[in-house]
Amino acid sequence: MSEVKYSKEHEWIKLEGEIATIGITKHATEMLGDIVFAELPEKGSNVEKDGTAGVVESTKAASDVYTPVSGEVVDLNQSIVDDPSKINQDPENSAWFFKLKIKDKSEMDTLMNKDEYDIFAKESSA
Amino acid sequence: MDTKKTSLYQLHQDSKAKFVEFAGYQMPIQYSEGIVEEHRFTRNHSGIFDVSHMGQLFIYGQEDLVDDLERIFPLDLKNLKLNHSKYSFLMSDNAGIYDDLIITKIKDGFLIILNAACKENDYKILKELLNDKYKMILDEERSLIAIQGPKSVEILKSVIQGVENLNFMSGNWFTLDDHNIYVTRSGYTGEDGFEVSLTNEFADRFTRRLIDKGAKLIGLGARDTLRLEAGLCLYGHELSKDKTPVEANLKWAISKERILKGNFIGSDIITKQLNHGVNKIRVGIKPEGRIIAREKTKIYNESNLEIGEITSGTFGPSVNGPVAMGYVENKFSKKDTKIFLEVRGKKHPATICGLPFYKKSYVKGVN
Repeated sequence: MSEVKYSKEHEWIKLEGEIATIGITKHATEMLGDIVFAELPEKGSNVEKDGTAGVVESTKAASDVYTPVSGEVVDLNQSIVDDPSKINQDPENSAWFFKLKIKDKSEMDTLMNKDEYDIFAKESSA
Repeated sequence: MDTKKTSLYQLHQDSKAKFVEFAGYQMPIQYSEGIVEEHRFTRNHSGIFDVSHMGQLFIYGQEDLVDDLERIFPLDLKNLKLNHSKYSFLMSDNAGIYDDLIITKIKDGFLIILNAACKENDYKILKELLNDKYKMILDEERSLIAIQGPKSVEILKSVIQGVENLNFMSGNWFTLDDHNIYVTRSGYTGEDGFEVSLTNEFADRFTRRLIDKGAKLIGLGARDTLRLEAGLCLYGHELSKDKTPVEANLKWAISKERILKGNFIGSDIITKQLNHGVNKIRVGIKPEGRIIAREKTKIYNESNLEIGEITSGTFGPSVNGPVAMGYVENKFSKKDTKIFLEVRGKKHPATICGLPFYKKSYVKGVN
């Protein structure tokens, strides 16, 4: 069974076994506007919970992408680097950013579920 | 200080604008379709820009006004025909740029379009330089609407007959529903288009008519990507008090006649720079790949020597890649020079290139 959780930095994370897929939320893409550039962490590198693990840029500005959990980067979605507009089109599905082999499953407990995130997103954009 | 609203504020709200404070005004940065789509729509069709925050300064006077303004602007104003416009600058004694502007000869005087952030200061400077001799009105009762893009002429002429006869950088008065409207064929997107000065009271109704004819509202976000692709300077970025028109690579805008005679504010420095060159100069910069180099990005040469800084950088939707402008040391300013841009601690390759990034299509020969 997979579970999807959300961070205060507007990332989503889907855990299947010990592999987590991470991307940015639809709400994040709506705040950013048209995304025209994406940079991902290096495959094989280790990222720490709440550390930067990539960059997205809209026509207006650059924003860091954070990882909601710690782990080793085991896969990257090259298609969003080649065509960053895909992130606006399908942010919470095919336009995932990277996959991690996670270190500590309990880090997931600090994150929000869908309902909590929806409220958080609504409040943070008000 | 409260932020001001233009007379199109309600229309922006109705059109689901996202607002941003700009030069003391609540201005639309984008609408629901987003910057890239708004940019493309302007290039392919017709975009409407609310530029009512810009200053519309009317100065009234006869021959002595022309003489006095020639001591301020590096232009051949004596030979500027009625309803013709020129791009120019308000400069300090050191030729630093206080503002860039468009000056148009109108009956009984001149109309000067000023940047929103600079207009109050410009007014003060000009009033002092002109010794309070002339009637000057920084008109807050009028709005300014730009309509830009290849379909703009068809759309605007269906509302105001006769605008199709205007040439680039010229204008005229028109009447619509008993309102006096001043239209110039000009703009800041690299496209054919018009700027329409009209009363605040009429602005909303007029703009809704353009929308009914198929034009769409475009925000400041796309205005920035459009002007950058067109290689046009933005005050506060490419232009400032510590840059001269020669350094900004805008010497084309300085009248050759006037350089020979001098006698305008900043002429000593301008003449010196034209004769002996400048240390730094504005250039176009094309980053390789997709990396975007924003304002303040440091520029290095192939020997890792810092040679300049980016002043504007973004993704150009029509170029379909990153574009930038900046200042580099003159000796590294040649087209095709390889440079490096430091973005997030890494140096990325780029090339000095000619401007514009996107070719303009101004209408020069209607009449």
